[in-house]
Amino acid sequence: MNLLVLLKMVPDIVEELEVAPDGKSLDTSFLRTIINERDDHALEQALLLKERHGGTVTVLALDAPDIDDTLFAALAKGADRAVKITDAPEGMTTQTAARLCSQVIAGLPPADLILTGVQALDDLDGLSAAVIAQQLGFPYIGVVTAVTVNGSTATVLKEFAGGVRGEFAVTLPAVLGVQAAEKPPRYVPVAKVRAAMKSSKIETVPAPAEVAAAQIEVRQLAKPVVSSHAEMLEGSPEEIADKLVQLLAQRGLL
Amino acid sequence: MTSPLWILAETWRGQITETTLELLALGREVADQLRVPLEAVLFADKSLATSLGVADHVLCAAGVEPTPEAVAAALAQLVKERQPQAVLVPWTNLSMDAGALAAAKLNAPFVNGSKDLKADAGRLVAQCLVYGGKLEAAVAATVTPVLFGVLPGTRSADAGRSEKTPAITEVAVAVPETKVKFQRFLEPETGDVDITQQDVLVAVGRGIQQQDNLELAEGLAKLLGGAVCGSRPVIDQGWLPLSRQVGKSGMSVKPKLYLMLGVSGAPEHIEGMKNAQLIVAINTDAAAPIFNVAHYGINADLFEVVPVLTEKLQAAKGG
Amino acid sequence: MEPIRPIFYNIHEHYRWAEYTQYVLGGLTAVLFLWGLWRHVRRWRLGQPEKISWAWKERLAAFVKFALFQGRLATDPYALGMHLAIFFGMAVLFLGTALATLDLDVAHLLFGFQFLRGNFYLAFKLVLDVFAVALIVGLALAFWRRYVLKPDRLKNLVYPTFPLDSFYVLAILMAIAVTGLIVEALRLAAARPPWAAWSVAGSMLALAFRPLDAETLRTLHFLFWCLHGLLAFTFIALVPYSKIFHLVSSAVSIWLRHLGPTGALPAAEATGVAKIHDFTWRQLVQFDACTWCGRCQDECPAHASGQPLSPKNVILQLDAHLLGKRSGELISAAELWACTTCRACEEVCPVFIEQPRAIVEMRRRLVSEGQVEKGLQEALTKLGRYGNSFGQSDRARAKWTQGLAFKVKDARKEPVEYLWFVGDYASYDPRLQPITRMTANILQQAGVDFGILYEGERNSGNDVRRVGEEGLFEMLREKNMQAIGKAQFQKLVTTDPHSLHGLKNEYDGLKAVHYSELLDELLRSGKLQPARQLGRTATYHDPCYLGRYNGIYDAPRRVLAALGVSLVEMPRSRHRSYCCGAGGGRIWMEDTGEIKERPAESRVREAAALGVNTLAVACPKDWVMFQDAVKTAGLEGKLAIKDLTELVQEALQPAGQT
Repeated sequence: MNLLVLLKMVPDIVEELEVAPDGKSLDTSFLRTIINERDDHALEQALLLKERHGGTVTVLALDAPDIDDTLFAALAKGADRAVKITDAPEGMTTQTAARLCSQVIAGLPPADLILTGVQALDDLDGLSAAVIAQQLGFPYIGVVTAVTVNGSTATVLKEFAGGVRGEFAVTLPAVLGVQAAEKPPRYVPVAKVRAAMKSSKIETVPAPAEVAAAQIEVRQLAKPVVSSHAEMLEGSPEEIADKLVQLLAQRGLL
Repeated sequence: MTSPLWILAETWRGQITETTLELLALGREVADQLRVPLEAVLFADKSLATSLGVADHVLCAAGVEPTPEAVAAALAQLVKERQPQAVLVPWTNLSMDAGALAAAKLNAPFVNGSKDLKADAGRLVAQCLVYGGKLEAAVAATVTPVLFGVLPGTRSADAGRSEKTPAITEVAVAVPETKVKFQRFLEPETGDVDITQQDVLVAVGRGIQQQDNLELAEGLAKLLGGAVCGSRPVIDQGWLPLSRQVGKSGMSVKPKLYLMLGVSGAPEHIEGMKNAQLIVAINTDAAAPIFNVAHYGINADLFEVVPVLTEKLQAAKGG
Repeated sequence: MEPIRPIFYNIHEHYRWAEYTQYVLGGLTAVLFLWGLWRHVRRWRLGQPEKISWAWKERLAAFVKFALFQGRLATDPYALGMHLAIFFGMAVLFLGTALATLDLDVAHLLFGFQFLRGNFYLAFKLVLDVFAVALIVGLALAFWRRYVLKPDRLKNLVYPTFPLDSFYVLAILMAIAVTGLIVEALRLAAARPPWAAWSVAGSMLALAFRPLDAETLRTLHFLFWCLHGLLAFTFIALVPYSKIFHLVSSAVSIWLRHLGPTGALPAAEATGVAKIHDFTWRQLVQFDACTWCGRCQDECPAHASGQPLSPKNVILQLDAHLLGKRSGELISAAELWACTTCRACEEVCPVFIEQPRAIVEMRRRLVSEGQVEKGLQEALTKLGRYGNSFGQSDRARAKWTQGLAFKVKDARKEPVEYLWFVGDYASYDPRLQPITRMTANILQQAGVDFGILYEGERNSGNDVRRVGEEGLFEMLREKNMQAIGKAQFQKLVTTDPHSLHGLKNEYDGLKAVHYSELLDELLRSGKLQPARQLGRTATYHDPCYLGRYNGIYDAPRRVLAALGVSLVEMPRSRHRSYCCGAGGGRIWMEDTGEIKERPAESRVREAAALGVNTLAVACPKDWVMFQDAVKTAGLEGKLAIKDLTELVQEALQPAGQT
């Protein structure tokens, strides 16, 4: 089967995030980016499906700093093709980027299943998978945590609240918004990635000329206004424990 | 603009969800600021519409399959027909898909993860959490209609309840045959404990480091007459069953005491426990977001504090 | 009448045909032996090439000490005595037979004289008899140990040769020794030479045969001579096909022992070992050399704590596979992941097998196939991305310096005398950061000109290499070398023994010292002056990577002495130090299987049992592991874990201050 995975890079929140002087965007001078965690899971799910059913996995991404490392890592993990969309304009939102990607996807060999992360931590407008599904006329379901394929139908598990999951049957071709793969994303040894860098190539595709205009505007980006902060209990572990026991006793919790 | 403000009501297992009531409360506020009517869209039997009294008007359509595809198609159709200026959609696993699809069909913006909404010079501006809650963005749309994904917990559900019965209109929606069919629910193994009913919960996060260390939490829970629950990473590792997960994909809990060990405070977890009466958090990272949510914080190593605490609790109870 | 060795007594006269048959059988035995030997050599040649240094003087010295005189058994007097007796008993008797053959088939046959005559012959007889008795006693000790004392380590889960191999070997040797003495005794009883008393054992035994008549004696003599001969030939022919081959392979293995930095791994393919012939030929010799003694298993902390790993079993499985006795999946991933790479096994191995190297090379294959333990996977991802296993930004590496009254020099920007490679744990672990600051303060106080690499530093990669991620190790080494290359410094010092080993032995041309060596120097030169003597009793744990890997045992002890700490040694100290369980990436992994007693807990109990209240350590991972172990072992308040830095700090405060 043909599987397509859409990846993107997002700011790495392990690092400190600073707001740019314009007060509306991120300061990119010391920004580090990392693959969107949900997209990493989508890739893993695609690789698992390839292992089970055979076929090919194509990874697609918009050009961004450090995207090459991510694409080579995907190839080293077992993806067959990596395609990068170049010269896309700046300032796209999740929805406009997804529309652009849909146009590119329409030009690639048809996929049976398109997987991408259900959301990303820099999403402000829309969810990519839903937009892609809408543009391509495919069915869509998100927050997926398991996928099995039988012929032309996929059975997926979608997470609801309270640990409840729903089982859905989806006719292929379809788009899935992945929350978590059935196994944690596999580790790929550095030596394999380096080998992939030598032996594989990332194909490039130019972005379409027409790009939809953004329909949202960010008026301000700032550290969250903290309405409250916890009252800190200080001291040695002994002292802290004492204070906490006192507090619980006062509240009638002992 | 005089077009109404809508909320998408969601039902779960035949009941209106708490989040819907919270959206009603928020919607009421904002609709009053904009001086426009507040309407609720309900894809369920109209008997449920009576609890949506905070809204002025309920548009009701039964027979819509509970799949994101079907709900999105129905919602998009109604929005095209009636042109509200904005639709508030619960930002939950249940409704975010439908909202995203509907927005895509309408070529409308869908503002994600709003923790608050207000009117500013006739336009709606949402406060959105981004980058895992590290930053907040004030976002407005440049077109209408616009959909807003609203996080649970923006207002109290009580403020969304009313004795009044709203005006109810049954509408017809033509939903095309969808290629996504709901089959069944898979319940988590309930185990012996229902954490939503506990007075005391001891929550563990990544900071617990290893499954063996859970016994520290269990000891505390036992002494305090409660149970152990966990954040998503702990459940993903298999250290606790799904029935113990607290958060966006897990349970929502409101215990008297929520004692958190090594939980950083990601928004998805906070969603599930922010209404606990007394929240105490222990974490080695002084900048962990949890300290903005907890009532009391302890910036120390849980492996140092918990054993001492356990001893003292034992003494306090036994002595 | 001059004492002289009789030519084939009895046999030559009465059983000439047997004399000739003996030569034929001897020839056949030699062929079988050589053929068997060739089979082994052929299998060794399947291995990959490896350069061995010539270093004949060093190798000869090691050979004499360890191969001839069983140097590694010195701590086990029973085994040492037993094995020396058997080995030298056999060697001397074999030499005796060789001399006898020379005497007969060369000197007498070709040149018409004998050299086994006169006092030389008398001495010859005495020595042979004494060693024959020694051999028998040694074998008796061996039987006793194996079948009465039954130590666990002698149990074999795998037989690279055939079951009960050990029994047959001991039995046949015993039979050879005993029949040999009997043959001599029968001859002495029959011939009664005047110098018989020089054959001390034989002549005593001969007393038992005195009553028999000459005919009977000669017949018995012949029978036992045949038996002895047949057994001896069988034994020699059996050597390459049984466990006794270790006679040859151990000698080769000891000669070819690893020289160069202890425990340093050679550069190799990142894909690791998948098939037996992916190992080098020298490693294959080592697998063959294993004598199944199990000392490695006894020392192994993973094994003692109930993990599925036994170094003995790993080597025997590999040997069995090499010899074609076993195939398929022989060693489980769980066994390989359980290793802490502490090298205790390698250190006690009498034949110098490098078990940790084989384990690491097999781990490389697991990593390359993605069969990585879950916790390890997370750690490797963080190491690959952030250069540390804590998952914190590399930019936060020097945050520990906040809180110091002075600014630590940036060695990338200004020249320093000492470049201090701090290490992951000391930099990022909040429990260790105060100690790291203490170290900085002490160095500052002592007037040491030092600096750090700030964000340029990465995990040294030592443990990454040992979990089998060779590619990531190379990447970390590259990055560190870049940063180190830009810095200007004279000497490299580190607080972390794992980093020490990496920098000193597996990076390119760096010299590095451990901070205990630096403290030792500062205390001796007076640059650091304790304000008081601590006057306490403590014990000290030798870190694996400082002690066994780098031979640094005395510097930390001198430091403690200079601080007025009176040291009580634990039973397992110096090169027999018991690993805390964190090495080899274990600190990143979860416990697997049933744990009997974690290594760190066993160690703190060992310390507490000495009656001291302080356990001094010189490695950040030891500190962390033992702090946790003190709690789980219920020793809180009874045993304090102190880094050398903490003790130095204490001693620098005048009495009356804390």
